[in-house]
Amino acid sequence: MGESLAISAGAGPVVRTEAAYVEDVVRAFVIATVFWGVVGFLMGTIIAWQLAFPLLNLDLEWTTFGRRRPVHTSAVIFAFGGNALLGTSLYVVQRTCRARLFGGNEAGWFLFWGYQTFIVLAALGYVTGVTQGKEYAEPEWYVDLFLTFVWVVYLIVFVGTIMKREEPHIYVANWFYLAFIITIAMLHIGNNLVLPIDWGSAKSYQVAAGVQDAMIQWWYGHNAVGFFLTAGFLGMMYYFIPKRAERPVYSYRLSIVHFWSLIFLYIWAGPHHLHYTALPDWTQTLGMIFSVMLWMPSWGGMINGIMTLSGAWDKLRTDPGLRFSVTAVAFYGMSTFEGPVMSIKAVNALSHYTDWTVGHVHSGAMGWVGFITFGAIYYLVPVLWGKRELYSQRLVAWHFWIATLGIVFYITAMWVSGIMQGLMWRAYDELGFLQYSFIETVAAMHPYYVIRALGGVLYVTGALIMVYNLYKTVTESEPLPAPAPAWRPQAAE
Amino acid sequence: MLRHETIEKNVILLAVLTLITVSIGGLVQIIPLFTIETTIERVEGVRPYSPLELAGRNIYIREGCYVCHSQMVRPFRDELERYGHYSLAAESMYDRPFQWGSKRTGPDLARVGGKYSNEWHYQHLIDPRSVVPESIMPPYAFLVRPLKFDDIEKHMRALQRLGVPYTDEMIANARADLVAQANPDADTTGLLARYPKAVVGDFDRNTRVVTEMDALIAYLQMLGTLVNFAEVTPQQLRQ
Repeated sequence: MGESLAISAGAGPVVRTEAAYVEDVVRAFVIATVFWGVVGFLMGTIIAWQLAFPLLNLDLEWTTFGRRRPVHTSAVIFAFGGNALLGTSLYVVQRTCRARLFGGNEAGWFLFWGYQTFIVLAALGYVTGVTQGKEYAEPEWYVDLFLTFVWVVYLIVFVGTIMKREEPHIYVANWFYLAFIITIAMLHIGNNLVLPIDWGSAKSYQVAAGVQDAMIQWWYGHNAVGFFLTAGFLGMMYYFIPKRAERPVYSYRLSIVHFWSLIFLYIWAGPHHLHYTALPDWTQTLGMIFSVMLWMPSWGGMINGIMTLSGAWDKLRTDPGLRFSVTAVAFYGMSTFEGPVMSIKAVNALSHYTDWTVGHVHSGAMGWVGFITFGAIYYLVPVLWGKRELYSQRLVAWHFWIATLGIVFYITAMWVSGIMQGLMWRAYDELGFLQYSFIETVAAMHPYYVIRALGGVLYVTGALIMVYNLYKTVTESEPLPAPAPAWRPQAAE
Repeated sequence: MLRHETIEKNVILLAVLTLITVSIGGLVQIIPLFTIETTIERVEGVRPYSPLELAGRNIYIREGCYVCHSQMVRPFRDELERYGHYSLAAESMYDRPFQWGSKRTGPDLARVGGKYSNEWHYQHLIDPRSVVPESIMPPYAFLVRPLKFDDIEKHMRALQRLGVPYTDEMIANARADLVAQANPDADTTGLLARYPKAVVGDFDRNTRVVTEMDALIAYLQMLGTLVNFAEVTPQQLRQ
């Protein structure tokens, strides 16, 4: 038991399964991840330039910042992140269970096309002005309903595959993926309880109003971060880092503690988005306390991920794909330290409503979610397309450094602009009057908005290098000698 | 004592325990907000939106104004001086969805009502930089098009079902009230009786048709004006 189990999980006797794993669908998800990633990063960069140069709103209703910002957030979170999660979870659950996907190719393709349809329906709504007006939950009721159906199928496929497993234990990555699927279902339904004005109309009204709606929204909103962007991607971490480093997960016991404490504590953190608002104080205080406590399981997970490299640190020099994964965990550690700090009411009084929050989110999204996904993709593409290795490790290294520089530009610009604007809002002159008008604080942001947008350009450039490298890998890299086997009897599968 | 190994070998058990674990926090934080009566302050004056304001609010939502403007003044000295009295839960009790926002790329709008003239708002929405040169707001000149309001009763009926105190009389008069609010020459006695403090006027230099601009400015002009804070007692504000 204990430590030894983590090593032996998956190393049982090889039993030949009748049919191969479902991989076409996973390949499609990988392509969609890369495609939507580029779209999302590009859209983010465009709206970043709009904030620096408002003429770029182009005087058209479909191209204003207000309508495009949800396109950016949804493209990055739900399209890029979502496709990465669906794709890797279907890959990981089959391998770690040694079982073909429950529902086979048909279920897999339904998930793929169902999910892409959701993304397109949502985005079409945003640019034409169909929105619920709730951050990260903008799609209207008909899109929500459709997604609920797709998501239930996803849960059935995932759980069904685990039930078919030929491994006695459910591997830790699957706990996280499962918690992600279940919790997102709960949050999605809870936050989207609405009454359409007419079954033929896209417009609906929320069942909850005002302060209750605010609490439900941030219960959802913060846990879209906690479960979509964290738990799901931790599942990715728990599979791809050990796999790539060829080392077992650092501590089996820590993964258990990490898992249960993380999913229990995260749900409470929502009210830190509502500090000093009309939400009652008791709720704000609870939100703050749990957000600070959340630091511990978050760092538990970070330690478990990074220390998995014990004895394999040299691989960071030779394997830029792994460098992405490990840097991702380092960004995760930084964001999950910054988050609890910002959830303290006295700090939040300054940081809230400013770019500091935007920077915080992006160190998580670009550093953690983006990098852990790039790491997984650089691992998956050669495996899925039966190639010996990537077309170019040098280009991976270029991607890594350009993207890292982009993140540094982004988050430092936002730290400076956020803290500066927060301080300017509350500055008084010697006569006791407010020192700055609001518009003076907007004008002061300009240079930082330019730097931020340049950071975005770098991040997109890195992603385009990845696209080129992956394309060359698929079309030109030397194939594996034997016809690619559906699975390989390896100890660490 | 349940061994973790048992959970790891039974996916249904794992799923059920996960669902229980992730449910607790939300239940503790959300349910009491519906049951504790003091969550909403007991102040007078907050009323449902007039039909024109409601249509304007839906344009505010459609254009994603909440992405850059908050509607939530916090209880700080500088915010009090910049924006006015801190926001109450009662002031958004009919807001579906709430529009408190999370970012102030532009200023807070919770109390923008009455601060600027209709003409200023019109000019500012058509071309923000013509009145505020350093502004980075997108222009909204396209809002001069006619407002579609043939389904306004459906909107109000849906809200009525959800508990907003729209009366059948209000719904029956919805279209007439909507048109009257954008026409300075109309008889607005009924409108003002149903929706006290509604701002009546020609919001966009165009009295022939009710435009989206009319609706949006009517909404902006009522924001934060309903509660008379001179009459509010600390007792009423206790949450």
